[in-house]
Formats: sequence, structure tokens, C-alpha cells
Amino acid sequence: MKKYDAIVIGAGHNGLTNAAYLAKAGLKVLVLERNSYIGGATVSRELHEGWTYSNCSYVCSLLRPEIARDLELPRHGLQVVPYGGGITFMRNGDHFGKYPDAQRRHREMARHSQRDADAYERFSADTMKQTRLIRPFLMKRPPDPTSLHPRDLKELASYAAGFMEMGEEGFADTLRFWTKSVADYLEEYFESDVIKAHMAGSGIIGTALGVYSPGTAYVLLHHYMGDVDGNVGSWGFARGGMGAVSGALASALKSYDGEIISDANVDRIIVRNGQTRGVALKDGREFHADVVVSNLDPKRTFLDIMDASDLPSAVVKRTEQFKIRGSSGKLNIALDGLPTFNGLDKDSRLMVGDLHFHDSLGRLERAYDDWKDGTWSKDPYLDVLIPSQFDPTVAPPGKHMMSVFVQYAPRKVQGREWTDEDKAGFEKSVLDQIANYSPDFRDLIMHVETRTPREIENEVGLTEGNIFQGELTFDQLLFNRPFPGYAQYRGPVRGMYMCGSGTHPGGGVMAAPGANAAREILRDLRRTNTVPEGYADD
Amino acid sequence: MTSYDVIVIGAGHNGLVCAIKLAQAGLKVHVVEANETAGGAANNREFAPGFTTPGCAQWLTQMSPELSRELKLEQHGLEFVGSNLPTVALAADGNALIIDGESVSGANVSAKDQQALKDFRRLTGKFNRLLYKAFSHRPPRLIEADFADRWQLLQLGLRMRLMGKDDMNELLRLGLNNIYDLLNEWFEHPGLRGALSLDAVLGTHLGPRSPNTVFTYLQRRLAEAWGEGGVYQVKGGLGSFGDALAAAANAAGVSIQYGNAVSQITMTQDRVSGVTLSDGQSLTSRYVVSNADPVTTFSTLLGYQNVETDTARRVSQIRCKSGASKLHLALDGLPEFTGLSLEDLGHRLVVAPDMDYVERAFNSVKYDEYSPRPMMDISIPTVRDPELAPAGKHVLSAIVQHAPFSLEGGWAAHRDQVISDWVECMAQYAPGLREQIISAELLTPEDLQDQYHMTGGHWDHGEISFDQVLMMRPFPAAAQYETPVAGLFLCGAGSHPGGGLMGLAGSNAARQVNETEKNG
Repeated sequence: MKKYDAIVIGAGHNGLTNAAYLAKAGLKVLVLERNSYIGGATVSRELHEGWTYSNCSYVCSLLRPEIARDLELPRHGLQVVPYGGGITFMRNGDHFGKYPDAQRRHREMARHSQRDADAYERFSADTMKQTRLIRPFLMKRPPDPTSLHPRDLKELASYAAGFMEMGEEGFADTLRFWTKSVADYLEEYFESDVIKAHMAGSGIIGTALGVYSPGTAYVLLHHYMGDVDGNVGSWGFARGGMGAVSGALASALKSYDGEIISDANVDRIIVRNGQTRGVALKDGREFHADVVVSNLDPKRTFLDIMDASDLPSAVVKRTEQFKIRGSSGKLNIALDGLPTFNGLDKDSRLMVGDLHFHDSLGRLERAYDDWKDGTWSKDPYLDVLIPSQFDPTVAPPGKHMMSVFVQYAPRKVQGREWTDEDKAGFEKSVLDQIANYSPDFRDLIMHVETRTPREIENEVGLTEGNIFQGELTFDQLLFNRPFPGYAQYRGPVRGMYMCGSGTHPGGGVMAAPGANAAREILRDLRRTNTVPEGYADD
Repeated sequence: MTSYDVIVIGAGHNGLVCAIKLAQAGLKVHVVEANETAGGAANNREFAPGFTTPGCAQWLTQMSPELSRELKLEQHGLEFVGSNLPTVALAADGNALIIDGESVSGANVSAKDQQALKDFRRLTGKFNRLLYKAFSHRPPRLIEADFADRWQLLQLGLRMRLMGKDDMNELLRLGLNNIYDLLNEWFEHPGLRGALSLDAVLGTHLGPRSPNTVFTYLQRRLAEAWGEGGVYQVKGGLGSFGDALAAAANAAGVSIQYGNAVSQITMTQDRVSGVTLSDGQSLTSRYVVSNADPVTTFSTLLGYQNVETDTARRVSQIRCKSGASKLHLALDGLPEFTGLSLEDLGHRLVVAPDMDYVERAFNSVKYDEYSPRPMMDISIPTVRDPELAPAGKHVLSAIVQHAPFSLEGGWAAHRDQVISDWVECMAQYAPGLREQIISAELLTPEDLQDQYHMTGGHWDHGEISFDQVLMMRPFPAAAQYETPVAGLFLCGAGSHPGGGLMGLAGSNAARQVNETEKNG
């Protein structure tokens, strides 16, 4: 039996990134993937002939440019096409268009509220300030505040120094930002319902919280801290769908002689005498390595593929308490042509951005109330994109592909498993929402792929179908992610590591957890570090 | 014109505690109170002829025995008719749950839950002792800290470390968490979870699922720091607590002027110089200490034109939404709650059958609606103190949540409907209640604002949320009680550590005024 230096479980974007850096350092690396295709939730699939669906993650912004450049992902086929802007359709037939062009955006905002138009610059500057604050932490491991180890103390001191620079007021602003609700944050700047609702969506995406829940302002930040080509806060489409990201990572990995085996369903991590020895598959195959890295979420990692007898009981308890909640779903729709929307020209600049249909914070919050009651939102919050307007590879000529992200949908319906009827009801509530604002939408539908949290969990292996591998609430961030004492990517067993979005800095197609974990592993193996440091912003 | 060293605006409990401590330090202190009695939100209210109820707050829970002894409140007339009383979680079938300190019984609660409550109280007690330390001092500034701040931070840090690594980790996780998830981790009985979660959301604009609610829970349960967890009933109603404080103040040499509101804080050359009263009278002083909430203090009494833009912006951003309202019932006789004994009726009764119920009760207020099925914290003070009502009659006082400050369609149009719905809800547990009602009064958040001069009707003078606590309460430049306006201090619930009849904001503020007086 072949012996490897390191085995990575799961070929998601973080697993592939982690493996690529380990391989780059000269380790013999194997990635094991349960599905017959790689990518995890960073995936493109042809589920309807001629159409390529990015059927989980669907836009690209958070991917760390340090990694993209360092691993030469463009050379391996990754091309990100930036897009901008968005629109919220209103019940009264009007809309709010968030144009990428500053002057036009100002005019459009002033149409709804002059005060809001004037406040936007201040909002933008304040939010960007918080963004610039968090960005340097993305490519670092979080220190352990309870540790007295010199490395932790030194890092804590450097964090403290960063805070000292802000001054008391700046520090208070930051603490307030991190802890308040997205609604409260927006209400400090804006008065118009539709403008607030348009921007609040980013505070709840993938999160089992409502716009009024404390902590959601940070989630907003999580959607602003990325960049495309150094343009902070911008978003883009990966040409060919999100599978292009994992494809490029896999190609980079292979260029360093890393190996990927798909259809390899891991049964358990083999532990002997407190040391990781390898991995056993469900089909009986075994692969040996003294380093095993799990790209799976903490629940799958510690409750499914590890034996409780190999773990400290505190870790099992922490894992059980870890919050990973299904709150979102997805529809991928093949369209016979470009749909028209009420009050919007077909060639409008806004058609290429995010389309939303919630014009008040109250409606957003009620969507959450449905989730709390154990059912999908009857008036769901949607983030709709039609990437085929940019990327000709995802749909045949003249046809279009629509990606619909849906918030909220629970993992279980009233505590029981989803039925086909439930799924049809969920799908209907989404299609109805869009059809309310687009008269020809229904007639254009050729195929619909509907994914509730159940499908996401079963296909991708994300517990509950949670897209971030764990809630982004502040009790599960930084040195608390996934749980206190284990936030430095090291597992409780020697040679065992975590590299998924369940670790700092969390979810989104960022690849930072995978890279940060690789840095720690190489450190433990006393190998030369191959992982780049974060870019400075200025 | 009379001149004082210090004028305190408002004879609320914090204002009086502050006044007493300043007088004891040798300053000449004058308190101006808009109402005719002392105590602020700790007052009595004759809401129907012969029927007296605590008007806003109804129990004493968070005042430390230490401070109470120091102020000699018992010598000044404070008496309890019930001490450290249990909480009875009502059940429609009469099978109520009784929570007494760390013990719980009734409603088929399992031995596992009984043990879990003991362990839970041990953990929260530990955190509360830490919290109490932090609450008993001014909040340290973290960046521009002086020696005292650094010393205090060091002590707190050390105390945290001394809890041990596991507990410290747990505090870091829990401190930021929500009570819903925490109680689900600990307990299996829905009624027990519901009743415990009520303490986390009482007086807040939060539901049990909202992050932040473990902190509000610990804050409300501060008494666990000194080993208690029950409620106290003051003889003669909570107004007697205010009276005792006023008596202690008088004994310390403080003068109190009632029935005259401060209409303006006066300024002379960028420094406060006294106050003008509603009858036009002017009083001068070297310091003004405001027990009014920060929004009232800066926007109404001082006026935004007299402060820096940044201060005005910070103040205008303070959130004071509360969902709490008060329902007072004058009853023809003792209400019969299914399954409860007379002794039980003298305890604190709560309606919070499970956490989802409490969460749903919160849902309505987000949309400016009232909860048709609210959570309640009920006191029948006449069980232990019959003098509050005519012979044989009774008073029922309840904190009911949630009700919005501005009800969709206006309060005037819906007041009777709301009372009726809520009595109906209560009658599930006391079937004959409606027939016993002689008179009913509802104090909505709007009424509480008008009667008690608290912005938003919020008894904490500003929400207890992470962005509004510690050195951010009420805003960074005023977090150590001294405000950016020279000579003006804050001493009310809007300052660290918030309300709850703790008296700590008042005593911390006094220490700060004294320090300024000494150091100039």
C-alpha cells in the first residue's frame, strides 16, 4: 500500500488549495473525493443538455488574490469576469437600481431619498473602513486568547496594536459594527425602505438569522471584503461556472504532482496511539499518511469520520453544540430567452446585476419568521443572476441560464424530512416571486433544478446544507471557529487538521482556510512555508 | 439665587444613590424631581381608587446587599414582605413548574433537568461574579486607558484566567451567544427553558433566538453573583424603596425638590452652570448630574445646538426600543390560578410555556404590532401585602411583552382590545379572572415614556446590546459618566451597567464626580 505524506479529505476549493500548497512544499499529497466530480460546492454541472449550472456557489469575489496569483490560477484556466450593480423591484411597480456608476447611482438614490443619496458616500466609507480592518486577518491564523504561548501572545499583541491605532472612537465603531444587526446599521444611514432592503440582503445570505438579529452587520461585511482584480467589494463570474475555480486549483495541484482520487467515500480517519495514520474508505481501501486534513465541516469530521473514542469528550460536545444550520436553497433555471421585467428595458445595465424582490426590511424579517417556524419562506428573499449574459459557455446561443439563491429554507420541515410536495411548494414560492415581476418568465422556463438544504447536504456533504460550514455568528468566528481551543487548524489528534470553511475566516469561495491550514501543517512538519502572506491593501 | 455644588436631575434610584454618595463626600447636593414622589421607575401608582400597584418595576432583584447596607436602606424604612421568592411557570393544565434558586420541581421535570439546573447556576454564578466586578466600576477605556483603567482591566483579565481555561473558553463562546441555543444545550423540559429564557428578554427588544441574549440573561440574573436568584417584594410597594432612598438622601444632607421638572441645563461659557426649572426658576451649580436618559439629557435638556456634531450623532443613534408594557388589574377577590396554592400566588408568576412561544411573542413587535399571545411576568402583591388594596380585594401587576412603542393604527384605538386579548391570555391559567376585574389599566411603552420620562419607554434608558454596553454605553466619549460637556455627568440606567434597580450606575458616577472634584 502506497504511503503518502498527507491526505486531504474532500476536494472542495479549500481542500484543493490546502493540498496544492502542501504539494508545492514537496509533500506527497492525495486528495480523496466522495463524488465522481471534484469541487464540493464550487462546482459546475451540466444537468440539462447544453446548460452549465454553477449549482451551489455562483459568484466569485472572496477568492484571495494572493492565492490566485501564487498558484497561477489564471494559467490553469480561471478567468473572472467582473459585474456590478443590482436592482430591487418594488411592489408598486417602481424599482431601485444600484448602478455601478457613482453619478447615476446618486441620481437613482435621490429619486427615492435625497438624504439617502447623500448618506451613501459616508456609508460606503465607513463600511470600507471595517472591510480594510478585517482583510489583513484573512490570511492569518487566529491566535488563542487563553494561551500563554509566546506566539499567541505576540499575535494578540499585534492585534491589540492594530486596535490601538484606531483610537477609542474607532475601536467602539468597530465593536458596534461587529455586534449590531444589519438593519440597525443601515438605519443609521438610510431612511428609504427599498434602499435599506436592497443592501440588507447581504447580511442574511446563508445565515439562520434575520435582518434585525444582532451580528448580521458582520455577515454583510463577509460579502464586501472580497475583490476582483484589487477592486475591493467587487464581484465577478468565473467563466465556465464556479467549477472553473476548482478546476484551476486541481490543475495547480497536479502541476505539483498532487493526486486526486474521486469516488472515494471516506469511512474513517485511522488513529493509532493518539497519532493519525491514514484513512479507510467505505469500500475497504486504505490510504496511509501521518497527516490527514479534513475539508469536511466540523460535524462531519468529528461525528462521522472520526471515532469518539479517539477524541477528547469536550471536542465531541463542542461539535454537537456547533451551529451549522440549513437556511438557504437554490434554483437553477434554463431559459429559452432573456426574460423581461416590469419597468426595466431589456438592454438595461441593471439586468446584468443581482435582481432582488424585497422592498422592505419588514418583508425580509418575515421571511426569517417562516424559517423559525420550521418552514420555507412564503415570500422568499432571492438573489437572482443571469450569468449567460456575460459568459457564453453556460447556455446555448440565444438561451439563458438563471441562478436563483433562496433565503430561507430550513433543513427539516416542521422537524420532519422534506417531501416531494414540500419541495414543489418551495419551488413554487420562488417561481411565483419572480413571475410577479416578470410577465414572460414562466413561458421561458425549459428546466428547473431545485435544491433544498436536503439536496445540498446529500450531494455536497455540507451538514444541514449550510453554505458556510457553520453559522457566521460571533460565537463562531475568529478564535471561536469552529470552537475555542481548536481554531488554529489543528485537530485534537496528532497529525489531524481541519481546512474547511468551518475554520477561520469562514465560508465563501475564499480558499483562505485551506491556505492558512497548509501554513500550520508545514510549520509542524518543519518544512519551508509555501503559503503567501496577505497582501497589504494600500 | 441658591447655588449648589451638584444638581442631580431626577430622583430615580440611581440619581438618589449618586446624590447620597456625593453628599457623604462633603458636597452640597440638590435633587430636582419632576414627579411628586421619589424612586423614578420604582414608584407606586394608585390606578383605581384604593388600589395601589408598583407602576413600572415590580420586583427588586439586582440590588446588592452590599450597596443596600452601605446606604442603610433598612434603617430608612425599606422592608421586605417576601425575600428571594421563587418563580412559578404557569401551565394551562395547572401543572406548574416551580423554580427556586437552583432547584426546580413540578410539571414532571426530570431528575436530569434538576441536576442540570444546579450545574447551570454554578456556571452562570461564576460568570456573574465576574460581571458584578465589572459592573461595580466605571467601564475601562480600552485604548486611551489611564492607570486606573489598566489596573481594572488587568484584574478582570486575571479573574478570567483564574476561572480556568475551560470556563474562560466557555465564557468567550457563551458571552456572544443566544439564550435559545444555550438552554437547548442544557435542558430538555420546554417549560423550564421557556421560563428561564424570559429573564433574558425581559425589557428588551429581543427574542430568545437573538444573539446577545445570554448577556442580557446574565445581566438580569446579577444577583447570582451573591448567591441569590429570586425576587424581592418590597413592603408597601416598590415606591417604598424610592421613599427609603429619599429618606437616606435627606439624612445625608441632600435636598430634594419635587413636582418641578428641569426644562433646561444652562451653560455659561461652554460649561454647565445649573438648570432652569419648568416654573422658570433657575438654580446654579458647579456640576450637573443627569439621571435622565442620555437622549433626553442631550437632545431636550441640553439641546443638540450646545454639543459637538459627533456627540449629537452618537446620541441620536442610541437605540431605546422596548417591548415591555404594564398591565394593572384591580380584582374583586383573589384570582384562582389553576393548580396554584395561596403560597404560590405570592411568588413571581410567569407565562412563558416554551421558548418558541417567547420568540413568537417577540415577532409581532418587529412589525409594530402587539403580541396576541404575550409573555408575562406577574405579581399579585396583595397576597403578601394586603394593604395595597381594600380589604378582600386584590391587585395584579404584570409586565407584558411585547407591545410596540407606536402601534400600527395608534394606541388610542386599540387599547381596550389589547387589554381584553391579554386578559384572555392570562385567563387560560386563571379561568375566572375576567369576572373579577373591577378596573384595568394598561401602560404602553408610550405611556411609560410619558409617565417616567424614559425615551422609548425603555427602563434601561437604552437597549442592553453589545454595541451599547461597557465603554460604548451610552457612547464612547461619555462612557465614564463624565460627558464631553464640561461639568455634566450622567448617572442613570443609560450609563454602564444599565438599569434593573442595581444602583451601580449611580454609585459609579458619584465616584467619578468625586474624582473630578479632587483632581480638578
